Amino acid sequence: IKHFQTTITCNYPSIFIYGHRASGKSHVMHVLLKELELPHATVSCVECVSVALLFEQVLLSFFGCDAASLLPRSASLSDFVRIYRQQCSQSPAKQTRYIVMEKAELLRDTDANLLPALLRLQELVEDNVTIILLSEIVWDKFRPNTGCFEPLLLHFPDYSKGELHTILSQDRHPSYSDEFYSSYINILLGVFYSVCRDLRELRHLAALNFSKFCEPLEEGKVKETDTHKLWRNIEPHLKKAMQTVYLREVSSVQWEQMQQTEEKENGALRGLSAHTHVELPYYSKFLLIAAYLASYNPARTDKRFFLKHHGKIRKTNFLKKNEKTSNHLLGPKPFPLDRLLAIFYSVVDSRVAPTASIFSQISSLVTLQLLTQVSHDDQLDAPKYKCAVSMDFICAISRTVNFEIVKYLYDFL
Amino acid sequence: RDTTWPYQCFGCFVFKPSAKKKKTLSLADHFIHGCEGAENSEKRFKLCQDLWDQIKTDTEVLQDELNRNILDSLLDFTRKCSSTRQHSDWASQMRASEIPTAALVLGVNVPDHDMTFQSLSDLLQQSVTPYVASVQAKECGALKHLIKRVLERLMGTVVTVDDEEEEEAEQTSAQHHKSVHCSLSTLCDWYNTKTKKSNTGTPGKKRSSPVRDGPQQPPVVIIFKDLEAFNPRVLQDFILICSRYIERLPLMFIFGIATSPSTIQHLLPHSVSSLLCIELFQSLSCTQHLATVIDKLILTKQFPFKLNGKVMQVLISIFLYHDFSVRKFIKGIQLALLEHFHSQPLSVLCCKKKEALLNVMQLDHLDLERIRHLLSFKRYVEKQEPREQVDLLTDDTHLKEVCQKLIKDLHKYHKNYYPILRCLHTLTSSLPRYPLGKQIRELHLICLEKNVWESEDYQSAMKLLKMLAKDELIALLQRCAEILQPAKSKKIKSALVQLEDMLTKFKQLDSNITSPLKHLQKKTDLAQLQKTLLEMNESRRAKKLSPFEVLRNEALEFIDSLVKSHLSPPESQVLNEVCYYTSSATVRRHLNATPRTSIQAALNSPFYYLQNDRLKTEDGTVSNAAPDICIAYATVVSAAEGNDPDSDNFGKVDEVKHARFIRAVSELEFLGFIKSTKQKTDHVARLTWGGC
Repeated sequence: IKHFQTTITCNYPSIFIYGHRASGKSHVMHVLLKELELPHATVSCVECVSVALLFEQVLLSFFGCDAASLLPRSASLSDFVRIYRQQCSQSPAKQTRYIVMEKAELLRDTDANLLPALLRLQELVEDNVTIILLSEIVWDKFRPNTGCFEPLLLHFPDYSKGELHTILSQDRHPSYSDEFYSSYINILLGVFYSVCRDLRELRHLAALNFSKFCEPLEEGKVKETDTHKLWRNIEPHLKKAMQTVYLREVSSVQWEQMQQTEEKENGALRGLSAHTHVELPYYSKFLLIAAYLASYNPARTDKRFFLKHHGKIRKTNFLKKNEKTSNHLLGPKPFPLDRLLAIFYSVVDSRVAPTASIFSQISSLVTLQLLTQVSHDDQLDAPKYKCAVSMDFICAISRTVNFEIVKYLYDFL
Repeated sequence: RDTTWPYQCFGCFVFKPSAKKKKTLSLADHFIHGCEGAENSEKRFKLCQDLWDQIKTDTEVLQDELNRNILDSLLDFTRKCSSTRQHSDWASQMRASEIPTAALVLGVNVPDHDMTFQSLSDLLQQSVTPYVASVQAKECGALKHLIKRVLERLMGTVVTVDDEEEEEAEQTSAQHHKSVHCSLSTLCDWYNTKTKKSNTGTPGKKRSSPVRDGPQQPPVVIIFKDLEAFNPRVLQDFILICSRYIERLPLMFIFGIATSPSTIQHLLPHSVSSLLCIELFQSLSCTQHLATVIDKLILTKQFPFKLNGKVMQVLISIFLYHDFSVRKFIKGIQLALLEHFHSQPLSVLCCKKKEALLNVMQLDHLDLERIRHLLSFKRYVEKQEPREQVDLLTDDTHLKEVCQKLIKDLHKYHKNYYPILRCLHTLTSSLPRYPLGKQIRELHLICLEKNVWESEDYQSAMKLLKMLAKDELIALLQRCAEILQPAKSKKIKSALVQLEDMLTKFKQLDSNITSPLKHLQKKTDLAQLQKTLLEMNESRRAKKLSPFEVLRNEALEFIDSLVKSHLSPPESQVLNEVCYYTSSATVRRHLNATPRTSIQAALNSPFYYLQNDRLKTEDGTVSNAAPDICIAYATVVSAAEGNDPDSDNFGKVDEVKHARFIRAVSELEFLGFIKSTKQKTDHVARLTWGGC
């Protein structure tokens, strides 16, 4: 890792560093710049809701708040360059200044001229400055159409198992020995390395399960050196953690509580995704059912499903079309409001007046993200919607109102 | 609820009872103006207002109580989070980079949530931290707006967003505060100075909480009221930013979730949700909430104002079918209350017993005439002796005396009705297939409508009760006795005594009689067993009742008699019109508006809205004097039926008429009744959606 140091010092106008999440990009940059005592500004691009904010932060960390306050409201790139020049003529740089931009992929969404300009900032401000872009995406995806200055590319490879082990072993528990923690990490990696190589996740898991690992030790059953016994104790535990904690279905606090109570009730905690039951008003349920039917049935089949005397539509004729692919594989289709209401009125068992609250229920279903509006908001006349719930969900809903939805679905005929 | 649907614009929702209620003189005037029986209207207004105030405070108390559990646990959560932050043990240090988050599942009745969040943030501010900001999705379309709102609410200053050039905002910010930049680092700096100040400057102020070592750091709580409606992108970015600052700023989130917690996973990718430490909180379901409200507001003698069965039905069905909103339910009660006092002059008697008796004495002749015209009173008169009948119909002072007695009776009826209703409910609510309903409101509705004991369901419920095992029955009767305990009326008290008698008898059965089954257990050989079984069978056939059965029948007959004497529907009570609001149609019209139907009504019968009798016609056709649009509508309707696509009745007419026709057609098109087919010029199709 240290060999990056040489490239950093070589005063190139812009450097592009990429690598997977948690491969240590920001950390290395940070430590490096700190260690070498180089003047630098670190900016996260997520945070900069406007470019002006970005400029301000850069100026702030280079020249102090006086310079930052010189920026006009809604500053443009040229404002920034002007003030930068002005300031750096007052306090010329003894060393190269560095601007580190994290999550640089977001720069692509800003003004088209920002990225190319930043890449050659050195020329623009006539100062010894280097831009360092950090990203998870390769440079090829950045290159603007118009072409631009090619930065120096550096790749941070993923950590190997050994490296992960070294890093994880560093945040050991103060009251246990190095070897002990390191052996714990070894066991942990043995279980999780095949599914997860994200350093942050592994760290999270290591922290969570450590107390369990130490349990037999505290009870005095085993000695620190008896790794085999410790392994036997922790292994089923980690397997379980793999199912729930990894996806953060269960938060860390809950996991810890569960570990404490586990002996008694064998972990009855359900993850976030287990809670899918939603209570809805009666008509909302039918509206949702109608929406689901409208989304997954072809419009021409409505007549067959919802008209009592639909005449003789021969089954062969009805099914002959080459719609072999299931509608459920294709996903929901948009439908107009009129069709939704027509199906709704025929599905609901009693007569319903078209009241305002029926319509407001549709829009609240949209806010709850059970329906999505496909047409633009401005289109008041005939809005179009899509149903955004799953088959399981709608089946559960229909069960509560005694509606056999499968009978009405084209795919299941 | 937000609605994007345009039809709600058609003013049928305009009636807002709450607007009338504020304590200004003009409101009283507004109430008095155009109300029936103007003489005592002021008194009625006052009664109405008092009652409403009482209902309002009661519901608020109720709401607080209902939310107490969940709010308490949330408060605990925040406290715990802020305290673990300050711990320095290994485990919590490893976790320090996570933002503690409470996922609060509130159910789909979004309008009710405001109150919960309000009390939540109030409580938080009182007891945990002064830094609470709540944001709604609709004010945070973009990331900068979200940050802006959070900053504004926390710091109480105006925050400028750079590229938004709002002159006004700039001016105000120049006047009041120095504008601050819209970023979390600003917030961070602000927080640091604040906490430092409060630590050194006013040490006494925050000493209420136990003194901890190190600088005290109250958490900064951000409440997302409606998580589902947030733009996922905005939320993700915001959380990413926040996690960068978590070391310097003790942030905490509360997510208000309407559907299910799995939406968090839909909204946030793993990379973002792994920055949070989510704990789940489930609030009371809205149906339970409604049940409590009904229990405390409706099923009590405390409030003299009552709803009849139909109005109740309307309100409950709006709740169950449409919105699950308890707030709207209470608004419905408010509307009914207001309407009742507004339209019923005799509602002056709808108050506490003492006051009502006083008010009876102050009734004038006109009011007494009104009483004589009441349906229930007429029925009462018919039952009296001829002499008495004459007295009642002519002698005002005599009528007043009788009225006092009747009012007393009515109050007594209410006193007895509710405890007995609850008893019957406890007895029947656990029966298989719920013949009399699972919820007490269903039973209440049945009782309001008709004599409950005549219904088939009641009979079957009684039959089922007879099949109950002894200990079950005893437990149920025990609970009934508990319900009757606090009642004060004489009749109920004597009923309670009887019931307790029976209970003791039941218990004595236990000690005296060893059931034949006990013998069975001792005997093991098969022949004996068969013999005893046969004996038992025979004894049953012989209808020889065991003491338990006798007692059971007695108990059930007793319950039956209680039901018959106390649960008769209110319509059977004399003077029930004073307390019961009956106009379900009004409530429905106001609360469950049907814009399209009203438009059609307007088009079909314009005289109704224009209040011009000349437009009325005998046979239901549209008169020639009606507005053009009505005639055009009638033509379109008949054209669709008669398969004649265009109305040529106008034939060759002068230009003015033609222009009027075109205008009417385009108005109809605007209202959505017809639309141009684009097939052939001048042809329009009738829109048929909605089947109305």
